[in-house]
Amino acid sequence: MRSLRDVIRNSQLWRSVFRHAAPLDRRTRVAVILTNVFLHLHPVSISKHGLSLSYTWCMGGITFFLFVVEAVTGVLLMFYYRPTLEWAYADMMALRDVVSLGILRELHRWAAHAMVIAAMLHMYRVFLTGSYKPPREFNWVVGVLLLVLTLLLSFTGYLLPWDQLAIWAITVGSNMARAAPLVGFEGPGASWLTVDGIDLITSTSDARFGLLGERFVGEFTLNRFYVLHCVAIPLGAGLLMAIHFWRVRKDGGISGPL
Amino acid sequence: MQGHVSELENLAGVSGFLVGWYLIAALANGGAAVYWWRQRRAPGGAAGVQAWLPSLLWLAAAAGFLGLSAVALSGQPSALSLLSLPQPLRDAADRVLGPTLVMVGAVVLLVGFYFGRQFFVRSGVAWSVLNLALLGLGLSLTDPDFVAIVARPDNVPIVGLVFLLGFFTWLAARQAVRNDRRLARHEPPLEAVDQQRVLVWPDLVYIELICMVALMTLLLVWSILLKAPLEQPASTVQTPNPSKAPWYFLGLQELLMYFDPWMAGVVVPALIIFGLMVLPYLDVNAQGNGYYTIGERKFAYLAFQFGFLVLWIVPMLLGTFCRGPNWSFFGLYETWDVHKVEALNNVQLSERFWIDWLGRPLPAAPAGAAGWQQLCAVMLRESPGLVLLGVYLLVLPGALARYSRPIWALRNRQGRCRYWITLWLLLLMALLPLKMLCRWLFNMNYFVAIPEYFFNI
Repeated sequence: MRSLRDVIRNSQLWRSVFRHAAPLDRRTRVAVILTNVFLHLHPVSISKHGLSLSYTWCMGGITFFLFVVEAVTGVLLMFYYRPTLEWAYADMMALRDVVSLGILRELHRWAAHAMVIAAMLHMYRVFLTGSYKPPREFNWVVGVLLLVLTLLLSFTGYLLPWDQLAIWAITVGSNMARAAPLVGFEGPGASWLTVDGIDLITSTSDARFGLLGERFVGEFTLNRFYVLHCVAIPLGAGLLMAIHFWRVRKDGGISGPL
Repeated sequence: MQGHVSELENLAGVSGFLVGWYLIAALANGGAAVYWWRQRRAPGGAAGVQAWLPSLLWLAAAAGFLGLSAVALSGQPSALSLLSLPQPLRDAADRVLGPTLVMVGAVVLLVGFYFGRQFFVRSGVAWSVLNLALLGLGLSLTDPDFVAIVARPDNVPIVGLVFLLGFFTWLAARQAVRNDRRLARHEPPLEAVDQQRVLVWPDLVYIELICMVALMTLLLVWSILLKAPLEQPASTVQTPNPSKAPWYFLGLQELLMYFDPWMAGVVVPALIIFGLMVLPYLDVNAQGNGYYTIGERKFAYLAFQFGFLVLWIVPMLLGTFCRGPNWSFFGLYETWDVHKVEALNNVQLSERFWIDWLGRPLPAAPAGAAGWQQLCAVMLRESPGLVLLGVYLLVLPGALARYSRPIWALRNRQGRCRYWITLWLLLLMALLPLKMLCRWLFNMNYFVAIPEYFFNI
């Protein structure tokens, strides 16, 4: 008599999804990696030291996992949150007090902190094992950009609760753009950029204005940061991640002694 | 903002946490005692007193932590003195601690760790340090001022970061020391021994699955225990004091003490990103690729650790935990006092040079002079700083290569272009500690002060 397990495994439905037998022998264990869209990010086999947690610290994988957590909880948060001066803060309170499973915002916030930490530790590990050396130089460059995007993702998300912490942290941060050389209206060299005595770089045309959408953190800033946080930067990070993972494979897999 | 909470009110708040904290520490030490006891039988294990002393020590530590846990469980006001650091010790720590000591201490620690790494990577030493850290944090948590800043929900992950960085720095150094010993015996590094191939399914995917489950559990527990903070609604008229940037930018905000925003907020971050991106192209050392080693890349290790730990992480911690109202420095056990004022009378290098040393007024263009005359006067006024900077960035790299044999060797390995970029990046990185030193020693404000064009360095 066939067991239920066999019935399921041999059904047309199961076999249409998983095109091979259970991964119990060498051949099917190779097949499972090659035929699964998620698993095929991996190579079929790796050298044994790559399994060692004391070598990899697992930090690259953890960073990616936290990004997925952020994406999922972020989408759920977007169901409840309206990025306007009128509603942003009220929706925060509703998320805290009214929405069922009221740890959505906590999950998103703590995973964000954890992701910044994990990305920094991943960079630390890659440096300490010398894994940026040839042939992986370019992937290190992509990694640095991903680290910057991680910080920017966190930074843009900081504003969205629209509480005191949010707007003043962003005010402190974006005030730096005001002092950017040449393109900030209080930066060195900006006063030289004049046409017929008319300043090109003013408080309504400089880098900070471009960042905030107005002279001070306000309604346009909230909208701008919302779009950056939920759409623009995640898209950029997604693209760079695809390159990053692809290059890990193409540059010879997990780093190791040559 | 810190509210005023008495020690007893604070104790009621933290005693539950302390029970768990000390209990975990006790369990960990019990586990360590068992582990060390088993190690005794391992081949090459220690004999005699050395064999059982560590186990006994960790067992005693476990008993001590268990006792503290019980005291915390009682929650009696009389237990407070047992669970706290002595007040004189806390006061002394507050008095001694300052930005100067923190930065200098970080450098000393890094150098000490580097030269003493053979000692520090030993398990017993690391375990002792961890025990001291657990005990120190536990004893500090009964101080209301400490709790007000360290236990803020957004600061909790940064406490975690400190432990993680300590652990991983140790773990990496431990493997590096092991590999360096092997390399000295002309054996391959440990990573090269494990080169046999294993299938990703099941070996790797199961590790990933376990990691994901563990991490998700941690996130869920963390989210249930600690609410995400939500402050008062945003108000453009009420500026909080202090206003802090997000924690990972607080190192840069700390730089604002020493540099103008265009340097601290724009040039320095751009240089950090640029420097990190070109790192693989500047490091021409072919050794140490794909395994932990310090001996084969001493300079790269020290330079990176100095930049990352001393110049990025430590100022970040300083900004997070020790900066209060008006960006004044506060010790970890100190109440935030809005009126704490640190008198600083900083002077420019040009003032020092012209007024103090030459005894002349600052050069200035006569009133109503043309633009170019004013520019010349400013340049003359700031010439000491400009010359100093010019020598530092344009002459020093060449001179170093010429007069120092190891640096000449580096210059030859790297080639001219790589060498100059490396030196510029290193010198610009060193500008920060140099500026700090000049501020602490001579009250130096700016090397070059041209407020006319917002150009101050």
